[in-house]
Amino acid sequence: MSLLALQRDFRAWLVHDDEVAARHLGEAAGPGLRVYQNNYRAALIACLEESFARTRDWIGGEAFHDAVVAHIERVPPSSWTLDAYPRDFPATLAMLYPGDAEVTELAWIDLALGEAFVGPDVTALTMEDLSGIDWDEAILHFTPTLDLADLTTNATAIWSALADDEVPPSVEMLPETGAILVWRQGISAQFRAIDQYERQALLSARACLSFAELCDVMVIAWGEADGIARAGALLGQWVTDGLIIATH
Amino acid sequence: MITPFPGYGLGLRKPHYADFLDGRVDVDFVEVISENFMVPGGRPRQILRDVRARHPVALHGVSMSIGSADGLDGAYLTRLRALVDEIEPLFVSDHLSWSRIEGFNSHDLLPLPYTNEALDLVCANIHRAQDALGRAMLIENPSSYVDFAPADMTEWQFLGAMCARTGCGLLLDVNNVFVSATNHGFDPIAYLDGVPHDRVRQIHLAGHSRGKELLIDTHDQPVPASVWDLYAHVIPRLGPVATMIERDDDIPPLSELLAELAKARRIGGQTLAHAA
Repeated sequence: MSLLALQRDFRAWLVHDDEVAARHLGEAAGPGLRVYQNNYRAALIACLEESFARTRDWIGGEAFHDAVVAHIERVPPSSWTLDAYPRDFPATLAMLYPGDAEVTELAWIDLALGEAFVGPDVTALTMEDLSGIDWDEAILHFTPTLDLADLTTNATAIWSALADDEVPPSVEMLPETGAILVWRQGISAQFRAIDQYERQALLSARACLSFAELCDVMVIAWGEADGIARAGALLGQWVTDGLIIATH
Repeated sequence: MITPFPGYGLGLRKPHYADFLDGRVDVDFVEVISENFMVPGGRPRQILRDVRARHPVALHGVSMSIGSADGLDGAYLTRLRALVDEIEPLFVSDHLSWSRIEGFNSHDLLPLPYTNEALDLVCANIHRAQDALGRAMLIENPSSYVDFAPADMTEWQFLGAMCARTGCGLLLDVNNVFVSATNHGFDPIAYLDGVPHDRVRQIHLAGHSRGKELLIDTHDQPVPASVWDLYAHVIPRLGPVATMIERDDDIPPLSELLAELAKARRIGGQTLAHAA
């Protein structure tokens, strides 16, 4: 048997429990192959349990284990790093819990916080850095750890309560779809819920709309005084959060 | 040629981060799992930089998959090279095993058959890795639970031929020798006498567990007497070599690992002064 054929058979055993492939690896290999299959599954289970701790708290250990088993069946790992394996798990949860949007949203928060934790290092601007900027030309550049997803439930409140070991609130649907913002400030991964208008402003700014153009959009939506005030408030919030890294 | 480093070290594990960052741990070097730090940034990279400022660091990988029949992952090598350039490690090591094939990655150290075909493949992959990293590597003997037959050579003969053809060094895991010898019924002394002693640059000492039918390389126990005995047998046969205690699970207080390291120092008898 060639090395390539051996490795394909080994993969078939690990992923699909393929007994025929296992027999190709040797009549006496059974006990050893079971050790490797156990190691394979245990590593993936541990990875997902560590990455989705709050999601696990919310749905319960048994239901979470069932979801993990379904995910391992559905998505064999492909990357060299186990850090990549959690990325498809929210999609599996969305399939398993189609009527429970908060489950997928909790999983997205768990995942995004983990990714932000090891994202690229940057230096964020402070309020002092904003003096002397030509605001007619300035384009805001955001930290590369910034991530954004739609939010339809009070998942952020549930996540925070679980993290603080408090009784979580009941699920509530938001009056209108908002968004979750996740990023890293210093060494600490952060998140907060935002409303639609901040979401739209962020998406526009990340699409390289200049700050002056962003103000124009806000003025159209909110009127001259209120629009400018809201744009200024958002800029202040973003700088305070450590989201802005450049303005050129 | 990989410069010898006759010191005694520990693996850097999360429960002991604070001890190492305070800079008061009596070790000659620290070994880290490369992949834990092959991330863009954040706290893990900062911890590694801070530890590196205090101790020499060895990078020990688990994901190169040096035995993959379809070759190495170029993106992985690029990431590892960036880490190597930043950390300037004592050693860069990985295992004589495979993890990945055709887009699937098992995240485990899977066994190879000791055939001429596998030897050719492993040597080609090591050449590529060493070219990409700009330095020679250490390759660690694995613990294994399956022994493929027929083989063209023993594991120690395979390691010897691999070193001769690629210029790589060896990371000799004494516990792995014991585990595989027990599981597959070969003589661990013959193994230790058979590896190319002049290529060994680092030693791992660890513990294992007894499974239902096989010994399992769990790294969740103190180094057992059987492994200490093998270490005492092989260490006089080697030149200057770095020794470390490898513990990955049920991690005890640092003082317990330092006590084991002190035992290794007594048995090994090497000091950094021997490097001069």
